Amino acid sequence: MRIFVNDEVRDVDAGTLAVALEAMGFGGRKIATAVNGRFVAATARPGTKLADGDRIEVVAPMQGG
Amino acid sequence: MSFYGVELGSRLLLGTSRYPSPAVLGEAIKASKAEVVTVSLRREGGSERAGQSFWSLVRALGVRVLPNTAGCHSVKEAVTTAHMARELFDTTWIKLEVIGESDTLQPDVFGLVEAARILSEDGFEVFPYTTEDLVVADRLVEAGCRVLMPWGAPIGSARGLNNVYGLKSLRAHFPDIPLVVDAGLGVPSHAAAAMEMGYDAVLLNTAVAEAGDPVAMARAFALAVEAGRTAFLAQPLEPRDMAAPSTPVIGKAALGD
Repeated sequence: MRIFVNDEVRDVDAGTLAVALEAMGFGGRKIATAVNGRFVAATARPGTKLADGDRIEVVAPMQGG
Repeated sequence: MSFYGVELGSRLLLGTSRYPSPAVLGEAIKASKAEVVTVSLRREGGSERAGQSFWSLVRALGVRVLPNTAGCHSVKEAVTTAHMARELFDTTWIKLEVIGESDTLQPDVFGLVEAARILSEDGFEVFPYTTEDLVVADRLVEAGCRVLMPWGAPIGSARGLNNVYGLKSLRAHFPDIPLVVDAGLGVPSHAAAAMEMGYDAVLLNTAVAEAGDPVAMARAFALAVEAGRTAFLAQPLEPRDMAAPSTPVIGKAALGD
């Protein structure tokens, strides 16, 4: 399946957001996620099915003013 | 002073961006005595660790965080970012920014009010980055905001308080709402001036982070905020047009012709 993660094309063999994040190295990390512009809580990731062309945002804490 | 029921000892809120190094950031936060620091969130790749190490630094300092929605130009973007921030930082506080104009980073006050209402109804405690416009401030309070953060000047401009009259009017209009001058401060005297007119706190970032010595400047701002607050409580004189001799003239020796 081809998805976009932070605008980068990724080919993943994963049915859910949780599995895809684990496969991409985000396991155990302090991150927040959105799929196609909608916030997906950590608790909802295992139940969030991905489809071809989905756009995933993965963000982490960063300096800010 | 309290924000949404949280008592704070320091009236200086500090941003965490643009410091020369994480070590200097940490020292500057300590020197400022800030109890609240602003943070943000940005994309991170699977092999990157910048965000994780930054978070470890902030946690070690033991300060409360106020996440922002910096860079958001639409209500949808700001609301989604706020939800991500609430989960990531485990706080209902959000510094709400909806930017309307790229050169001045002026808030889109229409989008700001709409986003503030959506987030307040969803349990967020919103700190709106706004202008000094009284009517917008009224709408923000109606939307559920219990803190207002008018700009002093455009973000990072170091211009100080561009509209003293407007800021004074806002203070007079909202005697019971915590008001924070957010953005545009350049030097400690700007912070002192805001505090002298009765503002509850100031929020700044670039003035400290990009100073030649950020740690010393953080301390200078802390002193200025304390001086300004003390001066406000001491009830400063109002300016007047005519001179008023400070030395009594009664009893002055008659030495002229």
